[in-house]
Amino acid sequence: MLNIPVIRWGEEYESLETQEVLHHATGEAIANVSQANGGIIQRDMRKAHKAREILKEFSIEQLIEMVGKAGEYFVNGTLKMGDGEQTPQDFIVQQSASTGLPEHMVELGMSKNAFVLNNMDRILDSLTRGLPLDILSAGWGKEARGIPVSYQVQTPILGAVLPSNSPGVHTLWLPVVPLQIGLVLKPGPQEPWTPYRMFAAYEAAGIPREVWSLYPGGIEAGAAVLGACDRAMIFGGTATVNNYKGNPRVQAHGPGFSKILIADDCVDRWEEYIDLIAESIYINSGRGCINCSGVWASRHTEEIAQALAERLGPIEALPPTDPEAGLAAFTVEGMAGAIWDMIETDLAEDGVTHSTAPFGSRLVEKDLCGYIRPTIVHCESPENAIAKKEYMFPFSTVVKCPEEKMLSSIDETLVCTAITEKEPLINQFMDATHIDRLNIGPIPTTKLNWLQPHEGNIIDFLFRNRAFQVPDELLG
Amino acid sequence: MTDQNLEQSVADAKARLDQHTYDTVQWHFHESTGSPFWLQKKAELNFDPLSEVNNFDDLKKFPLFEDEWLRGGPVNRWIPKGLEGQPTFVFETGGTTGIPKSRVVIEDHRLDYEMFSETLPDQYFPKGANWLMLGPSGPRRLRLAVEHLCQHRGGICFCIDLDPRWVVKLIKKGWMEHLEEYKKHCIDQAVTVLTAGHDIKCMFATPKLLDQLALALEERGTSLPEVGITGIFSGGTEFTPQWTRYCVEELFGGPAEESGVYMTPTYGNTLMGLACSEPVTKENKYKITYHAPQPRAATEVVSFDDPNELVGYGETGRVKLTTLTKELFIPGFLERDEAEREEPHEMYPWDGVSGVRPYHVFAKTTTVGVY
Repeated sequence: MLNIPVIRWGEEYESLETQEVLHHATGEAIANVSQANGGIIQRDMRKAHKAREILKEFSIEQLIEMVGKAGEYFVNGTLKMGDGEQTPQDFIVQQSASTGLPEHMVELGMSKNAFVLNNMDRILDSLTRGLPLDILSAGWGKEARGIPVSYQVQTPILGAVLPSNSPGVHTLWLPVVPLQIGLVLKPGPQEPWTPYRMFAAYEAAGIPREVWSLYPGGIEAGAAVLGACDRAMIFGGTATVNNYKGNPRVQAHGPGFSKILIADDCVDRWEEYIDLIAESIYINSGRGCINCSGVWASRHTEEIAQALAERLGPIEALPPTDPEAGLAAFTVEGMAGAIWDMIETDLAEDGVTHSTAPFGSRLVEKDLCGYIRPTIVHCESPENAIAKKEYMFPFSTVVKCPEEKMLSSIDETLVCTAITEKEPLINQFMDATHIDRLNIGPIPTTKLNWLQPHEGNIIDFLFRNRAFQVPDELLG
Repeated sequence: MTDQNLEQSVADAKARLDQHTYDTVQWHFHESTGSPFWLQKKAELNFDPLSEVNNFDDLKKFPLFEDEWLRGGPVNRWIPKGLEGQPTFVFETGGTTGIPKSRVVIEDHRLDYEMFSETLPDQYFPKGANWLMLGPSGPRRLRLAVEHLCQHRGGICFCIDLDPRWVVKLIKKGWMEHLEEYKKHCIDQAVTVLTAGHDIKCMFATPKLLDQLALALEERGTSLPEVGITGIFSGGTEFTPQWTRYCVEELFGGPAEESGVYMTPTYGNTLMGLACSEPVTKENKYKITYHAPQPRAATEVVSFDDPNELVGYGETGRVKLTTLTKELFIPGFLERDEAEREEPHEMYPWDGVSGVRPYHVFAKTTTVGVY
């Protein structure tokens, strides 16, 4: 079994408190992870400025090149993991074992991380909209039109309280080190693998280990990371997101409530869109905030729900080693059952039909974990309680709603695919501030363009574009 | 101490506990001395405590004590007739919402802390030294008990204002910025007291507040040893081996012999008083083992399924508390904590508890505040 220490600015620290990372199906301990107490984190953060000082010894271009190499190590290298070593195959097996994700999905996630690392120059170019990167490093520079411009860094480090169940979110913090900002991560209890492997890959690529801190721990450690870092991310449920709403120091990522809306001019051609809808619901086991959890239309909703049920309903829970496995396990004992109980309560409401019911029981309970098979629910109205729900498995409602009421009824939506060609309606979608990412036309909600920001631009979060003046001779 | 001597000490302690149990039950259930509460309860029992409780083990005949009985008035029902007319305190526990649990006290808090005082090393808790009480104020036993401990040792106790009920409300409301400000408000009070020339050498602090105080002092370019602190007593389930190690190695600058700061853990509550710890050392990986102030109170580690069955030494179970003073009789109360059962120690020749932490069934719903 691996012993994984706390990392304090690159230094290993073995805590007297440890927590085991368990295999979701067998209960076997895979790793024993040291736990950080809050005081340690608060004290360490007094040295946070050093991380930026160290990184500023390199140019952003040098760091971009180094993280490209780190991407290679991450995918192909045998790297240090605690008191042992980890091959790429070990990583796949271990992450699948503790998170319940099928192995081929872990592999896919690995390649997504590597893509971001290997294309960091293009990603930063798009995130900054072409800003010369030395402006971020120096804090100021000159625009092409000859005007001084300043981007002031708001923190020497980014803190992140990471989840256990969505390894895909790691791409959000990968651009931070190339921006000469250190990393302070609290890994998810069941997913220490990516942060620690990335730490090792960055070090192998020549990035000083002193710019990293990794603090596995409980709620207290998470609170300390959020409290001690001037900029931090957290991943959680709706309550977490609401807690940090309006707090400029914390970027809270929660459920996406992503949706596909089919307008009246396109809905009679609904069969053309079933593939992209099914993909949006099912891909990556429906775990992402960008997975679709609601399909809205004014008519044909029964047929759409039926077609999706026929497509997704027969999918079985397969072992994570099966290349055909499409469902991730709920690794916390009893959680799948508890979620299904909540769904069943909502299914009892008038106007709600469980479309996947004919395809067998949805709940699959194993000894130590559980699965819920893809579930499609038809709603006669947006007022049905289940129309506003999102779960961490392939789940979607198909909601009957008049076109003119859709925008006012959908609430906060991270990704909205609006299938319409009507310009006035497109304009309304453009103005809808409760939609974050907007796809106009038949585009899956899950299709990412890495050259676009996701849920808030990291540059806007870490830097402040401010007014700045210098004498003309300094401006050059 | 040889094994044989320890065995004899354990036997002596057990005999003392049995005799004390008998005397306490006689007091609480005799018509002339007992409290209205227990005299009324006596009528509901299917045995006669006066004739059928002769030793500690006989306490199993009582049903478990329900702390809900402590809510609401009249609190006089808890005062034994034999103590009527004496000046009486009421201390509360909980109470963030609803009616708090109350305990009346005449002098138990003083006696408990005087006993605890005997365990404090004078080198680090000098007689005559002034103290800081960095913990909850209001209707709390701890507040007056610490002040008495200080006065008993010849010092003057400085206190801060801290309303733990407001802290719990802030956490439940998710008002984390307010929580942070309130914490600062408490620490500011402590820093002001410590830097105002009051010659304070000893303090009580909850783990979280001690942590914050040390950081605040460091931000001001000083430290606990530099402001003159030599002795600290703290307590609670957050007082873990890792936290102790962190304090010793990072907040104090080394073990007491090097840093000059000595910290002792304690475990207790309004019902029991104060359990003391065996010496905590780096060599023992900062393991914390508590022993109740027997015979006035006893702790046992019992099976999660059967509160009358002790678990084996080293095994895990629920902490069960028994209080046997003239003021309060609690025949077996299941604490909200779990722990491992420990062997008797030469300083405390009766069972101890280690690894105290919130009972895993309750842990998910318990709100732990700043104090």
